[in-house]
Amino acid sequence: MSIPGPDDITRYELPNGIVVLVRENHTSPSVVVNGYLLVGAYDERPEQAGLSGFTAAALMRGTANRAFEQIYEELESVGASAGIHGGMHTTGFGTKSLVEDLPLVLDILADVLRHPTFPRDEVERLRGEILTALEERAHDTRRMASLTFQELAYPEEHPYSRSVVGYTETVGALDRDDLAEFYAGGYGPQRMVIVVVGAVETADTLTQIERAFGDWEGHIHARAPLPEVSRIAEVCERVVSIPGKTQSDIVLGYPGPSRTAPDFLDALVCNTILGVFGLMGRLGEKVRDEQGLAYYSYSGLDGGPGPGPWRVVAGVNPTRVEQAIVSMRAEIRRICEELVEGEELEDNRAFITGSLPLRLETNEGVARSIVNMERYRLGLDYLQRYTDLINEVTAERVQTVARRWLDPDAYALAVAGPPSGTGE
Amino acid sequence: MNTSNGVVKTQLENGLTVLVKEAHTAPVASFWIWYRVGSRNEHLGITGISHWVEHMLFKGTPTFPKGTVDKAIAREGGVFNGSTWYDFTTYYATLPAGRIELALRIEADRMANALFDPEEVASERTVIISERQGAENNPEFLLGEELMASAFRVHPYGVETVGHMCDLETMTRDQLLAHYRTYYTPRNSLAVVVGDFDAGDMLRLVEEHFGPIPGGPDVPPMNAVEPPQKGERRVTLEGNGNVAYFHVVFRTPTVHDPDFFTVTVLDAILTGASGLAIFGGGTTNKSSRLYKALVASELATAISGSLVPTIDPFVYSLSAVVRTGHTPAEVEEALDAELARLVAEPVTPEELVKAIKQTKAQFAYSSESVTGQALWMGFSEIFADYAWFEDYIAQLSAVTVEDVQHAAQRYLKRSNRTVGWYVPKEEA
Repeated sequence: MSIPGPDDITRYELPNGIVVLVRENHTSPSVVVNGYLLVGAYDERPEQAGLSGFTAAALMRGTANRAFEQIYEELESVGASAGIHGGMHTTGFGTKSLVEDLPLVLDILADVLRHPTFPRDEVERLRGEILTALEERAHDTRRMASLTFQELAYPEEHPYSRSVVGYTETVGALDRDDLAEFYAGGYGPQRMVIVVVGAVETADTLTQIERAFGDWEGHIHARAPLPEVSRIAEVCERVVSIPGKTQSDIVLGYPGPSRTAPDFLDALVCNTILGVFGLMGRLGEKVRDEQGLAYYSYSGLDGGPGPGPWRVVAGVNPTRVEQAIVSMRAEIRRICEELVEGEELEDNRAFITGSLPLRLETNEGVARSIVNMERYRLGLDYLQRYTDLINEVTAERVQTVARRWLDPDAYALAVAGPPSGTGE
Repeated sequence: MNTSNGVVKTQLENGLTVLVKEAHTAPVASFWIWYRVGSRNEHLGITGISHWVEHMLFKGTPTFPKGTVDKAIAREGGVFNGSTWYDFTTYYATLPAGRIELALRIEADRMANALFDPEEVASERTVIISERQGAENNPEFLLGEELMASAFRVHPYGVETVGHMCDLETMTRDQLLAHYRTYYTPRNSLAVVVGDFDAGDMLRLVEEHFGPIPGGPDVPPMNAVEPPQKGERRVTLEGNGNVAYFHVVFRTPTVHDPDFFTVTVLDAILTGASGLAIFGGGTTNKSSRLYKALVASELATAISGSLVPTIDPFVYSLSAVVRTGHTPAEVEEALDAELARLVAEPVTPEELVKAIKQTKAQFAYSSESVTGQALWMGFSEIFADYAWFEDYIAQLSAVTVEDVQHAAQRYLKRSNRTVGWYVPKEEA
């Protein structure tokens, strides 16, 4: 099986703006659909935080053609799944089914995206589920550390400082009409992407998608550019106390490069060295393996369209929080100040390039890659060029990108754990 | 040696069971080693020992010093992990097909030569305690632990695999080493390899790397038998937080009893098919009976069911997140009404057909990656054999509407269950 590329990925643009990409895989019995619409939390007013996610979740609660129960009866009866999830810049959708059920799944997908009715009782039911989940979040150290980090790393007027899921007050204040209005103002085919991977015939799939979505009009929200985000100039920290917890979660980080930044791949290699490679890179080695401080410590580079975060994370005993932070900062300092040595750099590049076949083994993996290639205009031949691009990243470029985006002495730091003095 | 559906099964002279299957759809391969030891083999004083031994296998041998195994696999483009549960400890690596021999080298080496360096044991003690404390942050873990302790008064299935804190704090290096020497042997393990290679070549490689290892001592017998349960058991756990949880378990037949498949179908009808999604990859369950009775009715925000195949008799588990503003008591009352319906009236043939179709789809999905295929091949050999997995759909398809009703009557009664409530208390 070859690496997906221009020879076996078909790209087709519908007149209404939808981009369709299809890649056949006849060795598997299933078909995966993956894609997004250009609507998200970005388009919310701050006092309506969570509106986009709520709307996305409510699409499958009833349409002009199908009641909620019927949607799920049809899907689950054939062992198919479909989900729609509201994010920051986009609302993503995904389906998986046996290949013979693709027509049904596409029909349902088109129905929920084009003809949702937001039945009042279903919206209320869903609201309660979201509110209960927000209650759970308030007592979850990992999620509260992450949420608090966002508030510290981004200016208040920036959408990235807010939770995509929203807050008890904001979700509690939304009603069914808010959802319908948000839908009407922002769901449309313009710049929608839909990727199909599996045991399909391309021409047939294009015809099905054209039939399902070709005559969709609608329009998307106009978007103002994101507010400026500057480097964090000092230590911005906050501690969240959650009674009864036995572990503290730490998130230390920065706004990082976007996916389309010229140095994103340098950052990818740098991040792999810092907190991914093997047992979570240098962080895993120092914080877990050598000091036994944590069951997990790793780093994550979000990328995305805007300045997504670049974070280091650890879960530690509450009495070891300070020690862990010292250690995490030391690793950030090291990667900024010292050039990574030849063997370590080669190993990390080898992991990134060598693991490509693993990421492309399943239909889901291939579909995810193609969505990414389209979203960030990387080119259909991106996967075929990927190995060379990674191997061009030098030790100097790793250091440059580290110095540009990371700083051991100026960062956003959130800690969530038991009230001090009560940890074991 | 025998071959069925492309799976070659054999045994080395030293007792190691080997399963090999070619899969040429992608240039990848997955190697797993399964040890027949888990928390099932433990007792008070050494609870958590199997899991700790698993951690120590990453802490060095003379050939692969600490920190080198993970790097060795990563630089070849591979992914890896280790996992301990009730009935097994397993290690796997998935790599580009041409690099798979590295996994055999590593696993053969650490089966026999793990160092258990005292300093590393001490360091890993705090990591495991940290892992346990992280789990304790989760009210559902805490409730599950209390519930299972009540459901299993005698059998080690009543103790969480991570172990009791008092044992994690006091277990010694000598105990860990003795556990390793007893159970980490060719005769007590099986190797599974799936991927883009030639089966004959792979069998030769397995023989080359594992053949020289001595078979190992007799494994101590595991004699724990849970006595029959003769009445409902109830557990209430108070704790911090804002959300309540409900969890109930029912004693079930073992995997060798046809009723196991009947309860599997029953679960699919109640909470959606998930028998093959134990390790992830399930689908939604909004058209299931309990979703409608508990979630659509706004008493719970989620309901899930689980029936794990095990060596000794285990339990069928139902758990729900209680919706804010409602109580575990309300969830229990609605659940009881739904179970009473199941006992009183037969399910419909359509529901049976749906359960089979759902499972067939999941069966197909489970074999889409070499990692997934190797996982199920190995797992089924722990509590039964690979034929059990191959026959799964056929066994489910034989279940009748009458079977389901009888199973509901036999297994879903109060005297056969343990109920747990997690009740958030007011902050002091």
